[in-house]
This record gives sequence, C-alpha cells and structure tokens, in this order.
Amino acid sequence: MSLMLVFEQILNGIQFGVMLFLMAAGLTLVFGVMGLINLAHGSLYMIGAFAAAAVANATGSFLLALAASLGVAAAAGALVEFLVIRRLYNRDHLDQVLATFALILIFSEGTRWLFGSFPLYLDIPDYLKGAVILPGGLQYPLYRLTIILIGLLVAIALYLLIAKTKIGVRIRAGENDREMIAALGVDISKLYTAVFAIGAALAGLAGALVGAVQSVQVGMGEPVLILAFVVIVIGGIGSIKGAFIGALLVGLTEKLGSILLLALLSSFLEPAQAKSIAMMFSSMLIYILMAVVLVVKPSGLYGRRV
Amino acid sequence: MSRERQINIALVIVLLTVPLWAWIKDEPFTLTLCTRMAILALAGVGLNIALGLGGLVSFGHAVFFGLGGYTMGILASHAQTYSPLMESPFLIEGTKSMPIIWLIATAVSALVAFLIGALSLRTSGVYFIMITLAFGQMFYYFAISWPAYGGEDGLSIYVRNGFPGLNTLDPVQYMVLTYALLGIALWFFSRLANSSFGLTLNAARQSPGRVQAVGIRPFKVQLFAIVISAAITGLAGALFADLNRFVSPTMFSWQTSGEIMIFVILGGVGRLFGPVAGAALFVFLEHQLGGLSEFWHIYLGLILLGVVLFARGGIVGTLAESGLKRG
Repeated sequence: MSLMLVFEQILNGIQFGVMLFLMAAGLTLVFGVMGLINLAHGSLYMIGAFAAAAVANATGSFLLALAASLGVAAAAGALVEFLVIRRLYNRDHLDQVLATFALILIFSEGTRWLFGSFPLYLDIPDYLKGAVILPGGLQYPLYRLTIILIGLLVAIALYLLIAKTKIGVRIRAGENDREMIAALGVDISKLYTAVFAIGAALAGLAGALVGAVQSVQVGMGEPVLILAFVVIVIGGIGSIKGAFIGALLVGLTEKLGSILLLALLSSFLEPAQAKSIAMMFSSMLIYILMAVVLVVKPSGLYGRRV
Repeated sequence: MSRERQINIALVIVLLTVPLWAWIKDEPFTLTLCTRMAILALAGVGLNIALGLGGLVSFGHAVFFGLGGYTMGILASHAQTYSPLMESPFLIEGTKSMPIIWLIATAVSALVAFLIGALSLRTSGVYFIMITLAFGQMFYYFAISWPAYGGEDGLSIYVRNGFPGLNTLDPVQYMVLTYALLGIALWFFSRLANSSFGLTLNAARQSPGRVQAVGIRPFKVQLFAIVISAAITGLAGALFADLNRFVSPTMFSWQTSGEIMIFVILGGVGRLFGPVAGAALFVFLEHQLGGLSEFWHIYLGLILLGVVLFARGGIVGTLAESGLKRG
C-alpha cells in the first residue's frame, strides 16, 4: 500500500463526504426545525439530477444545469411541503416514515414515466475535465476538486446563513420553541416551507454534481439517502456541525476503510484470504461505525439528549 | 359483537372463500397469490408485536425475514448436494424437512433479535428507527458480498422442502399449511395482547416512566417483545423462500423492511387482523394494478399516502370506528 494511494483515497473520502453533507444538511435542518423524518429527500436529489441532465442536454451549459437543479429541486420541495409534508408535522414518526415512503414510490415511478427507464448522462464541461497535479506529485481529477470546493463553500454559506442572518435566527428559534416564535409574529408555516426548500435545493445540487460522475437514473437517491441518514444520526440529529463531521467520517470510512482493512488483514493472513474477508466487511463498515456511535452515545456525537 | 370483530369475521370469510373458489375452478395461480398473502401477513403479525403492541418502530425487520429465508436456503442447498454444513467439531448436515427448518429459522432470528434489540434499545425515537435500519443494511451488504451462498445472485432450491404427510409441491396443500401457521400466529397474538406480558408491554409503550415506577424494567419487556416478533417474521421468511424456491439479498433490503411495515400500517397498527388486511390489500393491488400499468407503484404510493393522511388507524381501524365517535 503506497502513501500516494492513501492520500488519493483521503481526497476521495473528503469529496464523498462533502457530497453527503449537502444531502445531510437538508435532512438535519428539517428534522431539527420541524421534527420530521423525510425519506423522500433522496427523491429531491434524483429530481435535481434529472433537471440538470435535461437542461444540459437542451442548452449545453453546465452552469445553467446546476442552476436548474437548485431551482427545480427547491420548487419541488416547496410544492411537496405545501401539499403533503405540512400535514405530517404533528404526527408521530411512524406516519412520517410511511407517508414519505409513499412519496418515494410516487416520485420514482413518476420520473420513470416521464423520462423512461434508461439512464441519462450529464457530461462534465470541458473546462473542468482533466487532472491537476497536487503538491507531492499526485494527479487528481479537477472535477472532484471542484466538488470539494463547492461543498466547503456551501458549508460556510450555510453556517453564515444560520449564525448571522435574520432567517437563521428564526430557524434557530424555531428549533427551540415553535409556539413562542409563532406568538412573536413570525409566520411559522412560511418559515417551514423556506427551510424545506433550502434543504431540497441542496439535495438537488448534490444530485446534479454526482450525476456528472455517475449516470442519472431512477433509484439513484435511495442509497445516498440511507448514507445521509447514517451521517445525521452519527452527528446528532438537528446539528449542522454534527452533520458536517459525520459526513466526513462516513466519507473517509467508505473510501479509506477497505484499503486499511485489507492492509491490516494482510499482515497476518494470506493475500487471497485477506482480500475476500476485506471485501466482505468493507461495505458493512459504515453501518458498524454508526451502530458503535449509537451504542456509546445514543443521541449521536453532537445531538441533544432525547 | 364489536364492530372490529365483525370486520375480522368478514375478512376471514373472504380469505377462505377466494382460495376455495380457486381450488374448485382449478386456478393454481390464485392459490399461489393467497399463499403469498398468508406468508406476508405472517411477517406482518410478527412486526405487529414490536410495532403495534410495543410501539417499537423497527425499520429493520427485513433482517429476520432474510435470516429465515437464508436458513432455509443454506440448509436445503446443503441437503440437495449432500454436503454437510460443517464437519468439525461436530457434524451438521443440511435438511429438506420443513419443521426442522422452521425451528432453526425461528431460533436464529430470535437469537439475532436478542443481540440487535439489546443494542438498539439503548436508543429511542428516531435513533431507534435509524439504528434498526443500519443493522438491516449491515446484513444486506453482508449477504451481497458473501460469496459462499450465491452473493448478489441469491440461491435457488430445486424442489420445495417436505412436510411429513403432505405433498408441499401441490399449491393447495402448501397454501393450507401457510394458512394454518397464520391462524396459529393470530391466535398467539390475541393471547399475547391480553396476557399480563402484553398489557405490560402496552403500558411500557404509553408511559415507560410509570412502568418503571411500579418496579418493571421497560427494557426487559421490550427486548422480549422484539425477540418474539423477530421469531415470527423469521418463520415467515423461511416460508416465503420456500414459496419461491429462491432466496436473495433483496429479502434483507430496506425496501422489504418498508413493505412489512406497510402491511401493518395499511391494515391498522396494533389491530389483530391489521397485517392480514394490509397484506391482502397489498397482494391484491400488486396483482390488479400491476396488470393495468407498469407504473403501479404510483397508485400504491397514492393509496398509502391517502391512508396515512386521511384514514388514521388503517383499514381495520377506520372501518371499526366509522360511525362511532372518536374518543
């Protein structure tokens, strides 16, 4: 195992992590403010990717495609919040899980009906193709570096939004005491719609960014959704900081875990045997990490005691 | 007679008439659908103990469904190739006998549920939902990447396993067997719900603090509920695998957990016949809508959404309380 490989996998892990953060930020905000588990968050990711692919095919512009992913996902989010989600805020988690599971079925089959079963492709624009040489001589794809940069910028912007702006104050107030903030004259239902739309837009952006690396297809949202849940549960539900740390932890575990496990096992097993065992357990590592965190800290790393 | 009991009796009559009619008309496909319904309902009855009586929202019951399925698959595949599971330290051979498979499937599910439950019950609320989901994903990925028993492709069994005195390959006989097991499970559920254990479990759901105050640890009661619940779902998994003569990692997937949950909630959480009504409607819709449109999941989604938003209490709950004032 070369040091270069480890370095590359660390970068891959960070790239995967910031992507998960874009998904997890919306989920954790919605849970923190409205107390809602939204399984349909993965559908918004898918909608963002499809919107980006459709716009890119029509106009050829990657920037327009990204803008479309943000706009369409935010609009879909606001619409769903208005029609369905707001009826679920006062329900128990069981009803929320089921209703948003139903939304997944509707969104997935609806998208399949509109776009067909074949995957769409979204191309990386020419100016982001190719590799850059990093200090130390590692060649790394420019596009992946761009994703890391966008993810970090979004994280900073989100921090500023929540910590410094008026809407941020309201969001934090809504987390603490929703009756009080409503009594102070803030239109709570508009605030909820806004929070949901922000989360949806971030999910849509993540879908579009990943869609350019993988194919854009129905069902692409669910695996990411489950990982995003793992992230917010590890970080503590409702905590943006927790979501960021959790996302990086999960991203690094996913990309580094298998090679570290292989190296560890190779030290005392035959290569072939070590490889097959490492293969078997590396896909489980993230879930083992989550179970361990929850057993030790039942409400996540930065969660409030529930 | 209470309204709910009338509904239950009507449901039983319908679910017995349909296969009888299919048997007379000689329509084995309908019999297979009824068998499928009974097995899925059995899985739901299992979940209903944890979810309905205990209020424990497990999003990982596919673990037990899958374990039941793989128990059957592994034992039967060894039996059909005449190779023992292991030879040292003692000999374990495969088997094609249903009663033995059922016993092992329920025992394995119960054991795993004990471990998962003991860890998961440290958390509550959303964290409980998510940790059970995480255990489900662990088993799913393990099944995919474990090459010994088919990995991602799953495992096929050539001939359905045997039950003493029956020809299980005959659709009617296998159906009667699953109906009988479902009947026993329902009887067990109703006894359990009214036993002192069931009442304690119910109390621990509504007010864990008070249960603790009278000297009962909610943890113990809830853990026991998860174990029983898992054993029944595991049995259903073994039957389901035998129905299809095939097991695959899909049985462990989170969609499977979601579907088992759907049966319970569509029918009515905590209601004796809830899972039966839910599974019957699910299989009916799958068959009817699946024939109408390849996008039948949209309609399933809309119906599900309608039930959650407007018919709280599911089919049985809504019918039983219509016309009555809600308390």
